Amino acid sequence: MARPFTPKVITANDLLEGDVIYFMSDDSWTRDLSQAELIVDEAEAQLRLLDAERQNIRIVGAYLADATAGEQGPEPVHFREDFRRKGPSNYSHGKQEAEAHV
Amino acid sequence: MLDALGEAGLHAIQTSGTTTRNTTADHFAGAAADELTDPRPYAELIRQWSTDHPEFQFLGRKFKIAVTGSPNDRAVTKAHDVGLRMVEQNGEIGFEVIVGGGLGRTPMVGKIIRDFLPQADLLPYLESVLSVYNVLGRRDNKYKARIKITVQENGIDKIRELVEARFEERRREFDGTDQALLAEIKTHFTPPALRSGATDAYQAAYNADPVFRAWADTNLAAHRDADHAIVTISIKSHGATPGDASAEQIRVMADLAEEFGYDELRISHQQNVIIPHVHKSDLPAIHARLKEHALATANIGLISDIIACPGMDYCALATARSIPVAQQIASRFDELKLEHDIGHLQIKISGCINACGHHHVAHIGILGLDRAGVENYQITLGGDATETAEIGKRTGPGFAYDEIVPAVERLVEAYLAIRSSDEETFLETYRRLGMEPFKSALYPEAQKKVA
Ligand code: HEM
Ligand code: SF4
Repeated sequence: MARPFTPKVITANDLLEGDVIYFMSDDSWTRDLSQAELIVDEAEAQLRLLDAERQNIRIVGAYLADATAGEQGPEPVHFREDFRRKGPSNYSHGKQEAEAHV
Repeated sequence: MLDALGEAGLHAIQTSGTTTRNTTADHFAGAAADELTDPRPYAELIRQWSTDHPEFQFLGRKFKIAVTGSPNDRAVTKAHDVGLRMVEQNGEIGFEVIVGGGLGRTPMVGKIIRDFLPQADLLPYLESVLSVYNVLGRRDNKYKARIKITVQENGIDKIRELVEARFEERRREFDGTDQALLAEIKTHFTPPALRSGATDAYQAAYNADPVFRAWADTNLAAHRDADHAIVTISIKSHGATPGDASAEQIRVMADLAEEFGYDELRISHQQNVIIPHVHKSDLPAIHARLKEHALATANIGLISDIIACPGMDYCALATARSIPVAQQIASRFDELKLEHDIGHLQIKISGCINACGHHHVAHIGILGLDRAGVENYQITLGGDATETAEIGKRTGPGFAYDEIVPAVERLVEAYLAIRSSDEETFLETYRRLGMEPFKSALYPEAQKKVA
């Protein structure tokens, strides 16, 4: 029997900035995982991934990543996504720096 | 980006694809005291020959060749598809040809297919190796489409026989054009006209300034000209990201190379920067300038001179982080003030089995994996990246992220306790005593259970 489908978010990198980004339900992108669209249906996930990949002039490397529903929105399941959410552990650059300046 | 590279005389041809990739030479080429002759013209000859070579564009996977200019291998030739180590026989300079080395998921030390190849036979011989591989190589499975697998499956003796037979045919097709080309290429690698002059300033600084002395002892290598030295600038400041320099630091190094280094500077695969030709009298000035820009770390070849791949902080293929592990190991041994006492010890860290950090050929290798959703680090011991190359052996179960630095510390404590003298390096102690004493230091609990 096929494995049951687990909820997903669509994540990618910003083509020019490199930051980790997430696809939202209005087809735009956010740097904040908790704002991402959590997709619970497998067929819907494939369709949304196609929607995301169509924006390949702004993004690169879109894929489906496991996530769970948390109080503040989607939360990562695997440590890879936990690291990607925060940004590199050796420097505060990209979005971490941007956040520190607001 | 390609345009900007082009303006600087750089390109990206055959830096990927199933072809012969860019050929590498050793980072002390043209400068080292132990060098027989400059390997770079040979690397360039191979590059020109292999670029768009119609027979070898579809090799199944990449194919890598490295050349080292001296019997001391600094180019990791035994971990390449083909390695060329320059050697001398009866007064003639030629190559020891090594095939079938590699790292990645199936690490192998290359085997010697020819112990002496006259330099003029280089291209026909390489063409024969590639041609034999092109016929025998596996194309059914991309993990097996490497000459290391072909050598393992067929045996080096069979490969040698086929290559020698092919060589007899191919050699006749070469009419000397390659040698004319080589002579032309050599004119582009003429060494700089080295200055002469007194080196008293160097000796004076060496005697008077202990900080300069420590740096000179670790970061200089012997130049073929006694009045010159090869400077390695450490990009491994304790606790920083291995191999990362700021734009400002890079400008400082470029200025130093322009002012004192005959306008030449190189990046090594060990993630450091080399100024290959420096007159010794300029060393104190260079050191002072490096100090101002946090570039004067005196740790080349020591425990904090770690190769670390980008790992999970940057790399999409990673199964664990590598950079923070390197940062913590370097900081820890800096705190302990043991680094100079420990002496020559190479740690290399990869964040997945692709082994970009070359952990297989480290004295202490660390491989980061994903074990059931948590980071887990495997240790290997006894690897060696030089002419006495060895693949490191696994010690046993891996360690969690917060256990890996203490584990390395236990290994080093064990070494300090059992080395026969201060001169015996970690690798020598390991070779003399084997895995056991290090295993008991790493896994004290398991040891107790057995007892
Ligand atoms: C930042 C620079 C580098 C990056 C990102 C890098 C990346 C990689 C990657 C991804 C692989 C694994 C490929 C695979 O097996 O599919 C690899 C293999 C390898 N690298 Fe590098 N590399 C770098 C620099 C170097 C340099 C400078 C050398 C030469 C001294 C080198 C020597 C090798 C060798 C020999 C292998 C082949 C191992 C094998 O497949 O058997 N690398 N590298
Ligand atoms: S070893 Fe793995 S994690 Fe490290 S750079 Fe190579 S592919 Fe990425």
